[in-house]
Amino acid sequence: MSHTHDHEHAQPRPDLDDTMTYYRVMEEAVRSLLIEKGIVTADEVRREVENMDARTPANGAQVVARAWVDSDFRSRLVANPKQAIGEIGHDIGPMHLVVLENTPGVHNVVVCTLCSCYPRWLLGRPPDWYKSRAYRSRVVREPRAVLREFGTEIADDREVRVHDSTADMRYLVLPMRPDGTDGLSQAELAALVGRDSMIGVTEVVPPLRV
Amino acid sequence: MGGLEAGAIDQEAHDYALWERRVDALMMLLSGPRRIMTVDQLRKGIEALPPDAYDSMTYYERWIASLTNALLDAGVLTTEELGARMARVSARGPEAE
Repeated sequence: MSHTHDHEHAQPRPDLDDTMTYYRVMEEAVRSLLIEKGIVTADEVRREVENMDARTPANGAQVVARAWVDSDFRSRLVANPKQAIGEIGHDIGPMHLVVLENTPGVHNVVVCTLCSCYPRWLLGRPPDWYKSRAYRSRVVREPRAVLREFGTEIADDREVRVHDSTADMRYLVLPMRPDGTDGLSQAELAALVGRDSMIGVTEVVPPLRV
Repeated sequence: MGGLEAGAIDQEAHDYALWERRVDALMMLLSGPRRIMTVDQLRKGIEALPPDAYDSMTYYERWIASLTNALLDAGVLTTEELGARMARVSARGPEAE
């Protein structure tokens, strides 16, 4: 990767919030009409935006780390995700959730080929690539090649299972706990668990030794 | 879409603008306890967009287009009031935030 390339990516993309595009006008028009008709209030919209902003992959990471250190919790998590996740203070929303356990024999990866369904209550809004045509088209047909693009090499003798989400059914991958993490606390373990490992395009790697 | 040919996956992310997060919020509110519309309706509306529109529009542009169509179909909004309001918003420019 060249120096120039790195430099270009150092700046966040502008959000174009100062231009009134056709669809941005539509959003404001629809929102103001819904408020006038009493269907939603301005305060509800503001709170919904804030609540969603506050949901991050750290929520999912807490669930994963707890499952790594507490085998009873792990069993409950797989048997009844909604209830187990509720125990540690997280809500998974109105949808069904299935927790997919990665094992030495099976690696799981999640997609929504129809649109962009995602366990957003645990991971926040989905990343752009999850919603992209390229990911949704290809991961069902050539999952190993797609995983390789994310830097993930799955051994030939390990099964790769692709799970297609729906509006009512969401998936969370429970990655394998990496070797060399025996002495870590639950909070230290949670810090290792990134968003992409809970979608299944990466695995959790142990912390670097210094 | 699943299984179609496609190129490399662009892994770069962008920051969502406030209007995009509001589209998301409106959908959550309308599909939540109010049951004005469902996530399936949103998806059907997006799939009904012409192929070139699907590819040229951004993610939340597709959402607001589909959401608005569903509200029109359900009679929650009329095309007349929507058109008038959009003209007014357009003439005024961005709202203060």
